[in-house]
Amino acid sequence: MLSIFTDLANWIVYELLGLVQTTKVGDALHFFIEDTTKIFALLAVMIYLIALIRSSLNIETIRAFLVGKNKVLGYLLGAFFGAITPFCSCSSIPVFLGFTSAGIPVGVSMAFLLTSPLINEVAVLLLVSLLGWQFTLIYIAVGLIIGIAGGAFLDLIHAEKMLQPFAMKAYENKPNATVRLSSATALTMRERHTFAVAELKDIFQRVWIWVFVGVGLGALLHGFVPENWFAANLGHGEWWSVPLAVLVGIPLYSNATGVIPIMESLLLKGLPIGTTLAFCMSTVAASFPEFILLKQVMQWKLLVILFVTLLVSFTLVGWILNMTVM
Amino acid sequence: MKQFKVLGSGCAKCVKTAEMLERISQELGVPVTVAKETNVEVIMGYGVMSTPAVVLDEVLVHSGSIPNRDQIETWLK
Repeated sequence: MLSIFTDLANWIVYELLGLVQTTKVGDALHFFIEDTTKIFALLAVMIYLIALIRSSLNIETIRAFLVGKNKVLGYLLGAFFGAITPFCSCSSIPVFLGFTSAGIPVGVSMAFLLTSPLINEVAVLLLVSLLGWQFTLIYIAVGLIIGIAGGAFLDLIHAEKMLQPFAMKAYENKPNATVRLSSATALTMRERHTFAVAELKDIFQRVWIWVFVGVGLGALLHGFVPENWFAANLGHGEWWSVPLAVLVGIPLYSNATGVIPIMESLLLKGLPIGTTLAFCMSTVAASFPEFILLKQVMQWKLLVILFVTLLVSFTLVGWILNMTVM
Repeated sequence: MKQFKVLGSGCAKCVKTAEMLERISQELGVPVTVAKETNVEVIMGYGVMSTPAVVLDEVLVHSGSIPNRDQIETWLK
């Protein structure tokens, strides 16, 4: 079914534009057209369908689920909800405070906030269509584990004592712990449709540019970097290549949509799977703009700890995957 | 006079929400004040978790998206 996008790219690049199949330009352009058309078509369908199902699940409902749960269950649920909720970094602070002021442990809130940018329906769709099921499952497992383990670790070191004073006070007083859900009326199909269309527009507006940037860079890599260049130049998963990839990934700020098409090209050019995943997750989850936002609710000490925790976990994940999957 | 507050971290959607409130109230000739509130502590005080949110005369009337024209007209009545 997806081969129609290959045919479309064949037709545009080789027949309409008359480029020769083996040239670098032709190769890169073909990759770009095939991937962008495929991604946009799949995204439209997928976002709409998921939004139909998700329309009755809002952040208040999630909070009500998480209030008063035991911690272990809290981390699992937090990461799970993070994965199925779309993410806009502009709402991460209100969500964090909303959770905290309901007495939800910092670790549970962070399990939610760490998983949310890493895993969402757009990311999963791109992974499945570009990299296949197996890789997708590994990616999802790693994302969930990082959220759960990161959250548990933050509670272990009493992260709540390193919040900004007003947030600490809110955590202790729990003014929002008893907020009842207004009795939710079942949504009609029409309301679900309206919600899904709004969601589709909203997500498209946020991601379309990333798809172009991501696929564009991926296409350049694809067409102009020689086969197995990474394997030849970065070695076959030398230990230092993983932390290096993580460090390179931090100042690069992207979301999952932009980075997954690049992953495809990196893997094709012989970069080991662990290194690739470490690089991409650090690009998506550890970004400076996000940390500047978090400064409003966390003290420097906690920010530094969080940052180092992420670096260490991405590196560990990279090493483990390089050793086991190769 | 009705007093609106738009709660949000200053993202593009919050700015647009404030603009819409001002424009539509002018069109309808209803005198209002529109203030933007970016302080996270204050936003938390209203119990808001998704922005932009709209507070009308200290009552939270909307959160999570740019309100549509119908909603704004109802608030202005």
